[in-house]
Amino acid sequence: MAGSGTAHLRDDQERALTVENLVVEFPVTGGTVHAVSDLSIDVLPGETLGILGESGCGKSSAGRALMQLPAPTSGKVRLGDADLTKLKKNEMRQARAKMQMIMQDPVSALNPRRKVKDLVAEGLEIWGFEGKDRAKFVDDLLFAVGLDPDVVRDRRPHELSGGQCQRVCIARSLALDPDVLICDEPVSSLDVSVQAQVLNLLEETRERYNLSMIFIAHDVAVVKNISDRVMVMYLGKTCEVIPSDDMQNKALHPYTRLLLESVPSADDAQNAAARVLESGATKAVELPSPLNPPSGCRFRTRCPLATEQCTKEEPQLREMRPGQFVACHNVSA
Amino acid sequence: MTITSKNPILVVDNVRTVFHTPRGDVRAVDGVSFSLKPGETLGLVGESGSGKSVLGRTVMGLISNDARTTVTGKVTLDGVDVHGVKRKERRKLWGTRVAMVFQDPMTSLNPVKRIGTHITEALRYHLDLDRKTAEERAVDLLTQVGIPEPKRRMTQYPHEMSGGMRQRVVIAMALACDPKVLIADEPTTALDVTVQKQILDLIGSLTTERDMATVLVSHDLGAIAGRTDRVQVMYAGRTAEQGLTSEVFAAPAHPYTDALLASIPQIENAPHSILRAIEGNPPDMANPPSGCRFAPRCGYADATCTSVLPILEPTPGTGRSVACHHPLLAGAVREGSEAAHGR
Repeated sequence: MAGSGTAHLRDDQERALTVENLVVEFPVTGGTVHAVSDLSIDVLPGETLGILGESGCGKSSAGRALMQLPAPTSGKVRLGDADLTKLKKNEMRQARAKMQMIMQDPVSALNPRRKVKDLVAEGLEIWGFEGKDRAKFVDDLLFAVGLDPDVVRDRRPHELSGGQCQRVCIARSLALDPDVLICDEPVSSLDVSVQAQVLNLLEETRERYNLSMIFIAHDVAVVKNISDRVMVMYLGKTCEVIPSDDMQNKALHPYTRLLLESVPSADDAQNAAARVLESGATKAVELPSPLNPPSGCRFRTRCPLATEQCTKEEPQLREMRPGQFVACHNVSA
Repeated sequence: MTITSKNPILVVDNVRTVFHTPRGDVRAVDGVSFSLKPGETLGLVGESGSGKSVLGRTVMGLISNDARTTVTGKVTLDGVDVHGVKRKERRKLWGTRVAMVFQDPMTSLNPVKRIGTHITEALRYHLDLDRKTAEERAVDLLTQVGIPEPKRRMTQYPHEMSGGMRQRVVIAMALACDPKVLIADEPTTALDVTVQKQILDLIGSLTTERDMATVLVSHDLGAIAGRTDRVQVMYAGRTAEQGLTSEVFAAPAHPYTDALLASIPQIENAPHSILRAIEGNPPDMANPPSGCRFAPRCGYADATCTSVLPILEPTPGTGRSVACHHPLLAGAVREGSEAAHGR
């Protein structure tokens, strides 16, 4: 997958967030880590974009680069009318209030010494609260994320469970009335029963506040359930952009198919046994190093369809069906 | 993975593990029983804090009676009472009779030892092999677990390998002395989805090949669904339900199992579908609710549930046992839950 290209961008529509040719590189001893190479995305108002990929594919680096934490090596990030990469430090601080992030580990994302009410009001404190009753505003937010303000208001993060902390994080991000919410693996550290609560809450919140959302996760089913559009990433590149409805049956890119096949299912054991009889124990496959990614298509080292062309030429995103874009030389609709 | 009429190799009888902490006694495992035959795979499923990992370790004998822990009940492993024998004797069980694969392959390997040393260490200690034979055997094991270029890997250090590779090494270590029982405690939680599938396939095929009894501990119901013969659903240290995996997942009898299955996003769901979440949080094990542990979060709970602790009783005519005053009947249509989880 190696894909680059901007074919999937919707230039003709009003967009909440546009990212063009985003590159994130980290200099390290012995080279450069190519975390994100030439990523382009756009999100319409009220839309949820899911970014799906395994660890090391650059999905979190991309999410942080959107927030300019740290700023990307190159590329454009447009939030509304402002190009975030060109803003001065002070302007950036102001613009960032319109884009909020929810982190993977809710407990470490909160200052352990502050009370919940202060944590939620932190943004209001910095930006100046315009309403009359700040305490009531905070209580309303806590109530909106399903917490009982009377119970949690004066608690500190260690007195709350992981799911409750994640709710506090969500309340905190809503305090400044953002346009875009970036969720970086918001449920991967939570138990399944709590995960469902938080996913439902995110869904409700998006509707109520008319947010655009970027939902970064590694779980295929979770991403499919919450997103309108899914982008699959591999080693810093885009494989496929697909409406989430089509994902299960119409995905074309070999890597997307691999991810879908990896979802555990009830008849796994028989399939696995059949495969073992056929070809012996499954061989370990290593993810290539982002220090020295493969030439051409980055997925070619693990791809069943790889050909000579894949080593030389990087595939570009092509539209296969309306709304579905695939970066691969060897698939066709 | 067929169940034959062999004698059970592992029998766990009414095991309780109580940790004495400053906050009070934590009953992490509270009366759990099961048995396992060679070649069979048992899934232990539950959320964090349900006691599944502690149970795994208690079965292994890694947690046993000491100043801060009380273990009661009996674990019989290949005819040996794990908690009845001396520590030295118990140590002889590890490796040859029972072995464990831990959750985090990063921390279960010694960072300053070579991969080869990790495996040969066990072989030389337990089987009294000489260095050369042990090394040959280790290369063999690495090949069996699907590691390419096993000879070169022998001389590498753990940090030179990826998470999936390390987990394969840990599995090779566990299998080195041909254990009869393998306990895999969340073996794939730290790994990527594509790698997770490979590792589960590997454990599955090794179980069949070696006729091992395997206990697969996991919070991932999807992983358990396709990989185990029988399943034991744990909640707050107790067994909520046990039975054949296919039956339990097709028609859960305990409201907790049912709710848990419904709360997992399925790839078949339409986008933006609202999940049926379980309200509330798992109980604090130092101070569990009276009566049924699940009652405070259960939609079917009544006065009996909050006062009388349900015991695990076999459902007549099936291989299923349920600990519930109001078990959900198979085939009965329940409000809002029919086919909610397309399994």
